[in-house]
Amino acid sequence: MTQLSSTDTDTSAEAEPQPDERREAWAAQLADSLGDGYAEHHIIEGSDLWVRVARDSWTDAATAARDLLGCQFFDWLSAIDWLPSPFGRDMDAQEDNPEPKAADPMEQGHAGGETRFQMVMRLYSISEHMGLTIKADLPDGDLSIDTLIGVYPGADWHEREAWEMFGIHFNNHPDLRNIYLPGEFEGNPLRKDFPLLARRVKPWPGIVDVELFPGEEDS
Amino acid sequence: MTAVGTDQRQQLAYVATQAADARLNVEIETEGMTLNIGPQHPATHGTLRLVARLDGEQVVEAEPIMGYMHRGYEKLAEVRTYPQVTTLINRIDWLGSFANEVPFILAAEKLMEVEAPPRAQWIRTVLFELSRIANITLFLGDMAVQLGALTPVFMAFRDREFVLNQIEAATGGRFHPNFDRIGGLKDDLPKGWIDDTRQVMEKMRDFCDEFEELVLGNEIFEARTRGIGIVPADVGLAYGLSGANIRASGVDWDLRRDGHEALAYDQVDWKVWTHPDGDSFARYWVRLQETREATHIVDQLLDGLPSGPIMAKVPRIIKVPAGEAYAATENPLGEMGYYVVSKGDLVPFRVKIRSASFSNISITPWLLKGVYVPDIITILASLYFILGDIDR
Repeated sequence: MTQLSSTDTDTSAEAEPQPDERREAWAAQLADSLGDGYAEHHIIEGSDLWVRVARDSWTDAATAARDLLGCQFFDWLSAIDWLPSPFGRDMDAQEDNPEPKAADPMEQGHAGGETRFQMVMRLYSISEHMGLTIKADLPDGDLSIDTLIGVYPGADWHEREAWEMFGIHFNNHPDLRNIYLPGEFEGNPLRKDFPLLARRVKPWPGIVDVELFPGEEDS
Repeated sequence: MTAVGTDQRQQLAYVATQAADARLNVEIETEGMTLNIGPQHPATHGTLRLVARLDGEQVVEAEPIMGYMHRGYEKLAEVRTYPQVTTLINRIDWLGSFANEVPFILAAEKLMEVEAPPRAQWIRTVLFELSRIANITLFLGDMAVQLGALTPVFMAFRDREFVLNQIEAATGGRFHPNFDRIGGLKDDLPKGWIDDTRQVMEKMRDFCDEFEELVLGNEIFEARTRGIGIVPADVGLAYGLSGANIRASGVDWDLRRDGHEALAYDQVDWKVWTHPDGDSFARYWVRLQETREATHIVDQLLDGLPSGPIMAKVPRIIKVPAGEAYAATENPLGEMGYYVVSKGDLVPFRVKIRSASFSNISITPWLLKGVYVPDIITILASLYFILGDIDR
């Protein structure tokens, strides 16, 4: 099996240039290439990069990430529903939740945003060993965005999942139909206002996860 | 033929299949047929259904249909506390279940800015590799059985049991350890475990050697797998293939080495195996080498296991600070990651589960075009998916 010998790779930790400079450079490159379509970015030093772009620049951002940043690897795509839902408890049975708390104001995560629904995609560069998360706001009245299939064919199934779970329409997607749920299913289960019926109809035994010792204070 | 949508791509596909039918009818006067495989076919590791449109013995188009086992973990995770979530995610890839817990815990630790003590990280890594060995062992037997060789699967089940015994001895669960905690591990290793594990690793190396001759050295196996289901590296990456599937296409990328998670892989000497061919044989070959490499990783980790505590200081009631974090590790099936959004509560606000098999299997409509019917089974088997990892 000599012809199939493995690549001899050095597994010792390599001295990297400052990762944050690399992330700053990525953000700057994307900002240059997208122009007005670029909204903002957020960097956690040595850890991760988030970039938010305008909805119309969604596919351009993916193309730029692939061609300029070398993010060949399509990791995943999904959406986030930022509708506040304290503890997810507003869906609980009445016994579990005798005094419902008022909902917190809606607050988007890293790299900001204004809308309830945000698209999220994760891309990765296998040469740089670095990934980034790209977000885009979706206005409430028009939950639609362009498909990424032309850039990354692997986006196909992820978009079908986001379509059925969040009700987001992907323009020019050739085959937008249910992937997990049965065809006649109504509603979008991962939206925050979709009730989890099992919790609503009976108490949940796991509601008290950790019981405090006598005299111990909640930290 | 059902009604044709107005969409252009559908129309083109329709015209193409009609043309294929017409051409075929002229040549040998057969009609295209639709072959349904599953949802109970043994090649599917669960309940994957595959609908293939055939032209004679060739596949014109194939479409996997899943969701028979969708359990909605992303929704359920939103109403469970962080420690409760690990119970669920154990069941995503049920053959390597400890490995499922690790990236979620790492994501939560990232948000809490907690780091597990070294001993916990090392034991995590050992158990992670044991999960990999248990998982891949079954693949090595199972792919052979799908190609018609019955013996290897029994040997695989027999030897996998030794590894599962070790996992059970350490964690209390054969399949669902639920052992990883934010900030460390539930327990330390039991007495005598390290020596027993060394012996098991010895056995697993023998197992790998045996399989190298028995399966890889088998002429029929080679004939059935060489050149079948070739995935070019760039196509594989664009579809999100990860793990051994992409390494078998010559991509030298392994999150154990290249990721930035705090596991103990950088403390040991090991290498990443790749294969240039990208076919079914290469995928089997890479997995076999990785299993052997994993036994060496375990041995080295056990040699250098540091002493010390196994839990960092974390509050007993865990509230995770607001923020977002993505942590991914190299699981037996490929990259598994969790994107955790926290609002500072007891429960995560949103958990996106990036499971390896979902992306790995999404290439099948592309990959199965034009292959012969028996090769469908070879290709599905060599891509190696677990239905729980697709359906989540």
